[in-house]
Amino acid sequence: MSKSYPATWKRPPQLVQSPVWRIVLSLGAIAYLLIAMGSVEVNWARVIAGMDRAQRFIAGFLQPDFTTRWRDISNGLMESLTMTFTSTVVGVLISVPIGVGAARNLSPRWVYLFCRSVIAVSRALQEIIVAIFFVALFGFGAFAGFLTLTFATIGFIGKLLAEDIEDIDEAQAEAIRATGASWLQLINYAIQPQVMPRLLGLSLYRLDINFRESAVIGIVGAGGIGAALNTSLSRYEYSSAGAILLIIIAVVMVSEYTSGYVRRWVK
Amino acid sequence: MLTISALTKIYRTGDKALTDVSIDVPKGQVVGLVGPSGAGKSTLIRCINRLVEPSSGQVLLNGTDLVALGSTELRRARRKIGMIFQEYALVERLTVMENVLSGRLGYVSFWRSFTRRYPGADIANAFRLLDRVGLNAHYNKRADALSGGQRQRVGIARALAQEPELLLIDEPTASLDPKTSRQIMRLIVEICRERGLPAIINIHDVVLAQQFTDRIIGLQAGRVVFDGPPVNLTEDALTRIYGAEDWTAMRQGARDNAEAEEEERAQARKMLGAL
Repeated sequence: MSKSYPATWKRPPQLVQSPVWRIVLSLGAIAYLLIAMGSVEVNWARVIAGMDRAQRFIAGFLQPDFTTRWRDISNGLMESLTMTFTSTVVGVLISVPIGVGAARNLSPRWVYLFCRSVIAVSRALQEIIVAIFFVALFGFGAFAGFLTLTFATIGFIGKLLAEDIEDIDEAQAEAIRATGASWLQLINYAIQPQVMPRLLGLSLYRLDINFRESAVIGIVGAGGIGAALNTSLSRYEYSSAGAILLIIIAVVMVSEYTSGYVRRWVK
Repeated sequence: MLTISALTKIYRTGDKALTDVSIDVPKGQVVGLVGPSGAGKSTLIRCINRLVEPSSGQVLLNGTDLVALGSTELRRARRKIGMIFQEYALVERLTVMENVLSGRLGYVSFWRSFTRRYPGADIANAFRLLDRVGLNAHYNKRADALSGGQRQRVGIARALAQEPELLLIDEPTASLDPKTSRQIMRLIVEICRERGLPAIINIHDVVLAQQFTDRIIGLQAGRVVFDGPPVNLTEDALTRIYGAEDWTAMRQGARDNAEAEEEERAQARKMLGAL
């Protein structure tokens, strides 16, 4: 005797079981979207004026002018690169102990909580806000930028490193612990070999994030190429601004390809 | 000499992993610890070097109670207890030599181990051990470049580099094929004989255990239910350890094992004949 099986099947609803509620929620969401869009005021005359500026901007972008403001540009670029490099190195050096402290499988609870809160504060504050704060404390210039990027690097690398350490193969750590190794030897022999390639990759990744961020925080006064960009935009020198943007794009692309290459090489 | 008395381990979840386990292991004896998964074999050997903290009881190694030690003394005691693991547990990205030398970590300062400048005697001994386990050509390879059998040999060399007074061996053959398994078991037992080392081997393969160990201890739900020489491990005793299970699978395993052994012998004879 053969059993008969159903020939139809429907995927069961995943989020909201009741069909009535599904319709009510969808309609509600659409209505809210329409009302919200209606509340955004658009000044069409201003938009048209803006289109005109956009045209000039794009024209400037197509004819980038590297020479007129070259001194400002090259100074800004050097300052940005210096800021990027120093803040990445210092930031990574500080974030290694913090990352180790923030790994639950290595550190006692109070160290864990302390390091996690350092990371949380660093990640909660956006770079621009931190930059404004440091500019207010230490004045305009690259030092405020260096401090901002270092601070941001600590949160970024610290968190990802801690997560990486929590994901290690425990068996290797157990084996090293079983030899009578001390805590530092355990870090050096069982943890470091497992997380080093990723730490290196993350540091290179952070290096190009820091360069991009240095262009942004320059606008609020923290020096670097962002300051040069801000100056040329406020002088309506769109061709210089275009040149600066092209330089930023070029540097980011170079660092991205290099870091990708290095990450493949270090396995 | 190892004396375990009234060892009990209750996990925080309330699971009773070991109940009142008492075992004496004299110098030079190789003990096979058998039992179904979850019987507490792993917990038992980890309670000895306190990778797992026992809830109560005593573990005496040559007169010292390991359970009572503070953390510095515990590290000192761990140096004398070599451990060999199921999935080799080598540090994959370090070289074979670094893995073997890591057996000396408890004896050298952090700075020496960090700069990899070990005492000459340690290095010479590491080379000797690699030669003993048949890997002298591979010392600069990364551990993850080796095959399973080779990795386990490095694991054995690392444990011996500690100059241990006791070996704890956790399922040494679980991730190896039958032929390599027997080679590894033979190597372990030979080395224990050479050095008069006592060893406790967790092993789920009863046939291998019977073939290579001096004494078998059966664990069932955290209690010792069998303790005696391998010949006494009858069908009856096995049923006590593993419960009323179907034995055909295990008998089949025994037959395969015997066949593989026979094949190997035939091959050896052929090679001798060719000479």
